[in-house]
Amino acid sequence: MSSMRFAVSMLSVLGIASIIGTVLKQNEPYENYIIKFGQFWFGFFENLGLYDVYHSGWFLLILLFLIISTTLCIYRNSPLMIKEWRTFKEQATEKSLNAFSHQAIYPTSSNLENTKQQLTQFLQAKGFKFKFKTQTDGSELIAAKAGTHQRLGYIFTHSAMVIIFFGGLLDGNLPLKVQEMLGHKRIETLDIPESQVPEISRLSNNNPSFRANMTLPEGMSDNVAFVRVRDGYLVQDLPFRVALKDFRIEHYATGQPKSFESDIVITDPDLKTPLTKTISVNHPLTYKGIAIYQSDFQDGGTKLNFKVWNLFTKDAQTQNLDGAIFQKGTLGGGVAGEDANIVKVEYNDFRKFNILNLTPDGKGKPHNVGPNITYKLRDAEGQAREYVTYMQPMQIDGKHYFISGMRETVQDEFHYLRIPVDEDFAIDGFMHFKATMMDASKYPIIAHQLAQNAIANNTSANKDANVKQQFEDSVVQLLRTFSQGGYNQVAQVIEKNVPVKEREIAAKTYIKMINVAALEAYNMNLAANKKPLLVNNPETQALIQDSLNAFSDMFFYGTPYYLQLEKFEHKQASGLQLTKSPGEKWVYLGSFLLVLGIFSMFYIRERRIWLLLKPASNQVHFAMSSNRKGLDFEQEFSLYREQLKSVLA
Amino acid sequence: MNSNNLNMGAINYQPKTLLQRLKWLDWAYAAVLFLGAIFAYTKYGSYMDVYEAGFLFGAAALFSYLGWQWKAIGKLVIAIAVISLFSISLYHGDQARATQAFMLRFLISSQSAIMWMNVLFVLAMVTYWFAMYKRSDFAGKVASSLTWTAVLMGFVGLMVRWYESYLIAPEVGHIPISNLYEVFILFCLITSLLYLHYEQKFNTKQLGGFVLLVINAAVGFILWYTFDRHANGIQPLVPALQSYWMKIHVPANFVGYGSFSLAAMVASAYLLANKGILATRLPSLEILDDVMYKSIAIGFAFFTIATILGAIWAAEAWGGYWSWDPKETWALIVWLNYAAWLHLRMVKGLRGPVLAWWALIGLVVTTFAFLGVNMFLSGLHSYGTL
Repeated sequence: MSSMRFAVSMLSVLGIASIIGTVLKQNEPYENYIIKFGQFWFGFFENLGLYDVYHSGWFLLILLFLIISTTLCIYRNSPLMIKEWRTFKEQATEKSLNAFSHQAIYPTSSNLENTKQQLTQFLQAKGFKFKFKTQTDGSELIAAKAGTHQRLGYIFTHSAMVIIFFGGLLDGNLPLKVQEMLGHKRIETLDIPESQVPEISRLSNNNPSFRANMTLPEGMSDNVAFVRVRDGYLVQDLPFRVALKDFRIEHYATGQPKSFESDIVITDPDLKTPLTKTISVNHPLTYKGIAIYQSDFQDGGTKLNFKVWNLFTKDAQTQNLDGAIFQKGTLGGGVAGEDANIVKVEYNDFRKFNILNLTPDGKGKPHNVGPNITYKLRDAEGQAREYVTYMQPMQIDGKHYFISGMRETVQDEFHYLRIPVDEDFAIDGFMHFKATMMDASKYPIIAHQLAQNAIANNTSANKDANVKQQFEDSVVQLLRTFSQGGYNQVAQVIEKNVPVKEREIAAKTYIKMINVAALEAYNMNLAANKKPLLVNNPETQALIQDSLNAFSDMFFYGTPYYLQLEKFEHKQASGLQLTKSPGEKWVYLGSFLLVLGIFSMFYIRERRIWLLLKPASNQVHFAMSSNRKGLDFEQEFSLYREQLKSVLA
Repeated sequence: MNSNNLNMGAINYQPKTLLQRLKWLDWAYAAVLFLGAIFAYTKYGSYMDVYEAGFLFGAAALFSYLGWQWKAIGKLVIAIAVISLFSISLYHGDQARATQAFMLRFLISSQSAIMWMNVLFVLAMVTYWFAMYKRSDFAGKVASSLTWTAVLMGFVGLMVRWYESYLIAPEVGHIPISNLYEVFILFCLITSLLYLHYEQKFNTKQLGGFVLLVINAAVGFILWYTFDRHANGIQPLVPALQSYWMKIHVPANFVGYGSFSLAAMVASAYLLANKGILATRLPSLEILDDVMYKSIAIGFAFFTIATILGAIWAAEAWGGYWSWDPKETWALIVWLNYAAWLHLRMVKGLRGPVLAWWALIGLVVTTFAFLGVNMFLSGLHSYGTL
C-alpha cells in the first residue's frame, strides 16, 4: 500500500469520486431527489450515499486509504530522507566515482594542501557544505552537498496531507456517524417544535465540532441551532443565547444587494453585560470557540393584507384576507354556497425587492419591480398549486400588467397571468370587465348594442327584424361560450360545429365579434362608474386584447381566487451559521507545511560533488550528481567543470 | 601577484548575490514604487484596513523584487504606471469622458486599452507563427514586442477600469478581478508574462505561436463576452466578494491556471516535435520537457497557495474552510491531477509523450474547473455565469 503506483491510483480514484458530488446537487431536500429519479432509483442512490457523497462511508474509505498509504510512505521513506539530508556520502571510493555519468579528471601541479584550499574555496563560493575523508591509499576525498533540505520537502508535504486529513476528521461527522450506528443518536425527520425534540436527537454543549444553522426573526432569540443531516436534523444546544435586534439589507443604486448585516446580542451567565455585535458576510463573530456567521436571510413572518377577487363571479366584489408568512389561512368559506371551493392558503415567502430584467432581449438593465408574495393554495383533496403574485404592476413592452404566476409542481416553470392595468393603474377595471363578461344577464344588452352599432355604421345593412334577432342571439351564444372557457372554449365549439373549410373564417369572425363585444362590455362599466368611455383606437384595441387574453388565461389559473396584496408589515429573519471547528488550526498548520514542502521540493535542488585529490598521480577526480537531473543540472555541471579546470590550472 | 590571480579566479566563479548586482537605477525603481505606495497611503489610507495597507506596501516590495530579478518587469511596471496615470488624468473625474476625449476613446480608456490588447495578441500570434515558418529572428522579436505591448495595454486597461469603477460610485469601486470578463483579461496577462519569462530564459520564441493559441482563445471569449453578451460593464461586488482576500486569492489562482495552460501548450509542441512535425523549428525535446515541468511546478505551487487562501477566506465568509462546493471540489480535482503528474515525473522519473499527453488533458480538467463549473454547475462560486 505504500507503493507509488497505489498512491497515484488513490489520487486518481479520489479525483474521479469527487466529480460525482459536483454533478449531482448535494444535500437537497429528499423530495427533490424523489421527483428527479423516481422512487426506485431514489432508494438505490440513497443507499450509495450519493446525496451526500463527501460524507458517505465509501468516500471516507477512499480518503482513509489515501492517508494510510501516505502514512506508510512517510514511515518507509522518512529514515532514508533524513539520512540523505544529513549524509555527505563521504564513503564514495574512486571506483564508485568512475561509475558516475557526470565526472571529469584534472591534472594538478600544486601540492595537496594548496589544492584542497582552492577547492574548498570554490565549494564555499557555490554554497556547498563539505566533509573530508582520507582514503586508505592516501588520497583525500572532499564530499560536498548542497540543497539537501529538498529532502525535508518530502517529509513536509506528505505529513501535511496527514495533518490536514486529521484536522478534517476532527471537523467531520464521523463521530456522529458512529453514534448513529451504535444507536446513541438518531436524526429527527419530523417538523416539530424544538422543545419536543427528544434527547436522542439533541447534541449537547460538549459537542466538540459542529456546523449548525439558526434562523432568527427580528426581535427573537434562541439558544439552540439545527444541524442538517440527510433528510432530517439534530438540535445543537448552545452555551449562550443569541438574539437578533435588527437585520438589514443595503442595496446599490442598481438594486443589487450591497450588504447583509445582523445586529446580534449574546447573553450568557458568564457575561456581565450582554455582548452586542453587528455581523455581516466576511465579518463573523467568535464567542466561546463558536463562530457565528451571516449566512442567509428569509422572511420572519411578514404580516399581509389582501383583497381577494373571485375571478368567476359575475360581480366585482372583494373579500379581505389577513395572513402572515409561514402561517396558514382559508379562503372561500365565507360565501354561501361555495363551501366546495374552500381552499387552504399557505403563505410561504415575501420579498420586498425583486430585481428583474424585463427588457425584451434581456440585454437591458435589470431593475426593482417591487414586492411579491409566494403562497400555496391547497384544495379539499389536498392538491396544492404554488402561486407568485407581484404587488405592483410591471412594465412589459411598454404596457403595464399585474403579474401572477402559477405552477403545479416545483419542477415546472411558472405560467403567468398578465392582467392589464386600467386607466387608474389599478386592477379594478379588469375585474369589472370580467364580471360583466361572466354575467349572462348582460349579454342581450351587449348584443343589442352591437346590432344597433352595425346598423348605424352600415346603411346597406339588412334591417330585417329576424336577421337582427338572429345576430343578437348568436352574439349572446358566443359570449356564453366565451365565458365558459375563453378562446379555448370557442375553438372547441368551432371544431365541433363548423366544417373544416369554414373554420378559419368562422374563427376570425368570432374573434372580431368577441373583441367588439368586449369593448362594449368595458365601456358599460366605465359608463356605470361615470368615467369617460374608450374610443376605438390602437391603444384601446391593445387593452381589450390584453383583457381578453387575461380572461382566457384565467381558466388555466387553477383557482378562482386572485390575491391582491394591499398592505404588508415587513419582518425579516436572519440566517446564522454557527460552527465550532477544532480541526481548523490543524488544517492551517498542514497547509503551511504543504506550501513549505512544495517550495522546498521544487526550488531547492539537491546536488552532490565529490572531489578526490590523488597526490600519487597528481590528479583531481571530480564527480557530480543530483537526485533530479534536469536541464539545470546539466548546465551547472558544465559550468563547474569549466570553472574547476581554471581553478586547478 | 600569484595570490592576486587566485582572488581574481575566486571572483570569477563566485556568483554575485542579488544585492551586489543592484545598480542605482534598480534602487531608484524601488524608491519610485515605495513613494507611490506612500502617496497612495497618505491619500487613501483612511479607507483601507490593515490588510489592504499591507497589500499596498507588499505589492511595492513584490514588484521591486520582480523588477530586480527580471529587468523587463521593471520597465513594464513603470510604463503601466505612466500610461494609466495619464489616462486617469484625462477623465477629469467624469466617466462620460471615456467616449468623448480622443485619447481615451481610441487608445487608453479601459475598454479601448483592452480592445488594443485583444488586437495585439492576435497580431502577436500571427507574427510568431510567421517567424517560425520563415525561421526569422527578426519577426520573432517583433512578435515578442507585440506580446509585451499587449500585456502593457491589458494592464493599463485593468488599472483604468479600477479607477472607472470608483467613478460609477465610490461604493462600487473595486479591483477588477471580480467577474469572468475581468479574470479572462487577467488570465491573458499572467499567461503571457509567464511565457515571456521562459522565452527570455530559454530563448524559445518558437513556442510563442503555441502559447498565444490559448491566450487568443481567451481573447475570443473576451470579445464574445463583450459584443454578444454585453457583459463587459462594471458590476458592484456581491457581499461575499467584499474582502481583501480577493486581492490575493484570485491572482494566485490565475498564476496556477496560466501555468497549467502554458504547460499544456508546450506539451502540444512536444507531442508534435516528438512525431517529427516542426521538429527542426521547435526547441529540443529536453527544453520543451523542462519548460513543461517548470511551468507545472510553479503552477502547482501557486494553485496550492490559492486553494489554501480560498479555504481561509471561505472559513471567514461561508463559515467553513471546506464545504465541498463544486468549485472547491474541482480545485481539488485539478490539484490531485497535477499532484499525480508530479509524482510520476519526480519519483518515477517518467518523461516523454505520456506526461505531455497528461499535461494536455490537464488543460481540459483545468478549463472545466475554471469555466465549466460556472457554466454547468451551481454553487457558492457563481459569480460569473454565461
